[in-house]
Amino acid sequence: MAKPRRLSVVDVDLCVGCMMCVFACSRRFGDGGVARSAIKVASIGGIERGFTVIVCRACPDPPCASVCPTDALNRRDGGGVVLNHRKCIGCGNCVKACPYGAVMWDEEANKPIVCMYCGYCAQYCPYGVIEIEEVKN
Amino acid sequence: MPVKDPLSRVLYIDLTLKRFWVEDRRDLFDKYLGGTGVAVSLLREELPRGADPLSPDNVVVFSVGPFNGVYPMASKTVAVFKSPLNSNLGESHAGGRSSVAIRLAGYGAIVIKGASDAPVWVSIQDNRVQFRDARALWGVRSTHTVGRVLREVEGGHGFRSIMRIGRAGEKMVRYACVVVDTFRHFGRLGLGAVFGSKKLKALVVIGKHSIPVVDKPAYRRVYDKIFKSIMETPATRKYHELGTSENVLPLNALGALPTMNLKQARFNCAEEISGEHLAAKFLGRRVSCAHCPVACIHLAALREPYDREPYFYKTTFVPYDYEPIYSLGSMLGVCSTTGLLKLLDKVEALGLDAMSTGVALAWTTEAFERGLITENDTMGVKPTWGDYENYLKIIELLVDQPNEFYATLARGTEYAAKVYGGEDFALTYGGNEMPGYHTGPAAHLGFATGARHSHLDSAGYSYDQKTVGKTIKVEDMVDYLINEERWRQVLTSLVICLFARGIYTPQVVVEGFRPLGVELSESDLLRIGREIHLLKLKFKLDEGFNFSQLRFPKRIFETSTPHGRLDPSFMDTALKLYQSKIEEDLQKFSSAG
Ligand code: SF4
Ligand code: SF4
Repeated sequence: MAKPRRLSVVDVDLCVGCMMCVFACSRRFGDGGVARSAIKVASIGGIERGFTVIVCRACPDPPCASVCPTDALNRRDGGGVVLNHRKCIGCGNCVKACPYGAVMWDEEANKPIVCMYCGYCAQYCPYGVIEIEEVKN
Repeated sequence: MPVKDPLSRVLYIDLTLKRFWVEDRRDLFDKYLGGTGVAVSLLREELPRGADPLSPDNVVVFSVGPFNGVYPMASKTVAVFKSPLNSNLGESHAGGRSSVAIRLAGYGAIVIKGASDAPVWVSIQDNRVQFRDARALWGVRSTHTVGRVLREVEGGHGFRSIMRIGRAGEKMVRYACVVVDTFRHFGRLGLGAVFGSKKLKALVVIGKHSIPVVDKPAYRRVYDKIFKSIMETPATRKYHELGTSENVLPLNALGALPTMNLKQARFNCAEEISGEHLAAKFLGRRVSCAHCPVACIHLAALREPYDREPYFYKTTFVPYDYEPIYSLGSMLGVCSTTGLLKLLDKVEALGLDAMSTGVALAWTTEAFERGLITENDTMGVKPTWGDYENYLKIIELLVDQPNEFYATLARGTEYAAKVYGGEDFALTYGGNEMPGYHTGPAAHLGFATGARHSHLDSAGYSYDQKTVGKTIKVEDMVDYLINEERWRQVLTSLVICLFARGIYTPQVVVEGFRPLGVELSESDLLRIGREIHLLKLKFKLDEGFNFSQLRFPKRIFETSTPHGRLDPSFMDTALKLYQSKIEEDLQKFSSAG
């Protein structure tokens, strides 16, 4: 079986804030806009100071899974979580539990969005800020 | 218009009544796509004919188009209003995160009417519009501070756009700008003064919705094709590496860089203000508009020591582009790179249009040299080529307007020259200060005839540069300008950044529409472009614009261009031909309904 992967922010200082990654992540589902993006790019107090790229870092012991009352977030082999949409009741506990703010919220579906480490976004980052990598044991 | 798309929702905001409502205007988006086309139609509907631009009657329309939030480099928002600078069509475009925020908040356009009695800022998220008390923000020294405050109190971090005015807008300097997300601007024709007259300090828009697409696999295919061509075109690299300031040295070498109020077209300090020099010594960061991989926005890090405290430095980030380098650099004979950066930072902090400000200062300097104005008028400050310290003082004064002279200068170069004389060297077209290209006849004809009197209307500068060394035929040049301006109406209705004009060919635009469920042919697009162009001209004529009253400043005939000295009779013939072609076309357009 293929080794589990995760998305890694290689060098955030190269980021220009173009949001190409954010748009790419929503385009996985074939629509425009950003409603379903699991990655977010925001300035750190004004764009002159640079940006922060917020995305799930695939924690080995993810706090978001611990606080889910319905066990909708299941630990993934290699870290991070997989969301079971059917079990999720949209309480938002997971969003509060993530210290990185990396559990996003789909306002249109009222469900969390968590990175699935597919690497689609990285193909559109023009400056090599984000990369998909194999999880080291 | 794309099916299932929220684009046709128009948000109307009445600042007098503090009310807002949404109307579905599919009719307009079907006819004119979005952006420029829809914005001008809405302005025609809402603006009382002959309205005073600084009265509550003026209307501001922001509009985005079907490609915003969908395809890369569709990253601009169009603003239209009645311009307080030339009392006619005001149109200005800006990027930053504005277009994505408006589009993904679920709107195709925002119409702002009336005026508030006390300063407000308006905050828009989804279906919620809030009028918030901005009295404490009014009069704050710098637009940077206003941005900082609003960033703290507003939500939507990462998906919002903050558009605000500075003191220049509050004081209704007729070429005040609206600063967008720091370092981007609705620069030209005085939108900042209109905001100021409405007591509108800022507009915050937060949007993070999706845009439904009809044919999803096709959408991803077309997207990838466009993305690939953006990444492969040499223009992308050029705009990313040095940015538009790359143009300084080539234009100087060509003898097309307006210098010291266009007494010359070559600047002996071009090296100091060049993109190469700025990149090597000052470049601190490059940033991008939302949904654009190019990152052409260049920020210089200006490090200044504090006088009283040893080893204490202040680092300011200052945006630079070709146009402001021309207007506040070569036009003023400024050889000091840090001096230029200080001037750029000053206009940014006060919220002034850099181009108009620079041209106004250049006129002031020459008028002072010739004794048309004196130290009495300037309150003891001597405008002198290259003396940026004095220019910094004058900029503050023209915002504060403590006397008759500065109040006059705050109304624009054309007005000031009418009052004090010196019209021959007042570099304005249709009341708007001239952009930085003395490349030849097409550039100047374009400034005169373009609907916004901008180099971006019809790119005459590009025509001139392609024809250096050749004889220009009047008819060809006029046709080029008309056709170019018409195609650009399509691009700015989608709304594509004009730096991507090489990518978004008519064929690519047709392909881009298909996955959205819209079938338009190339000839449909050209027809729409023509209609929008004529619609704008009709608006202008109705508001008192007149081709026969256009003038070429005498100065442009005195300084040689890469095409040699311009011939007044050639320019006159060209202008008449342009006018007759447009009038003929307008007649056909009107009789076709
Ligand atoms: S790796 Fe996939 S799911 Fe994760 S942010 Fe990138 S595109 Fe989205
Ligand atoms: S695509 Fe890359 S450069 Fe652009 S915002 Fe994302 S991480 Fe930053």
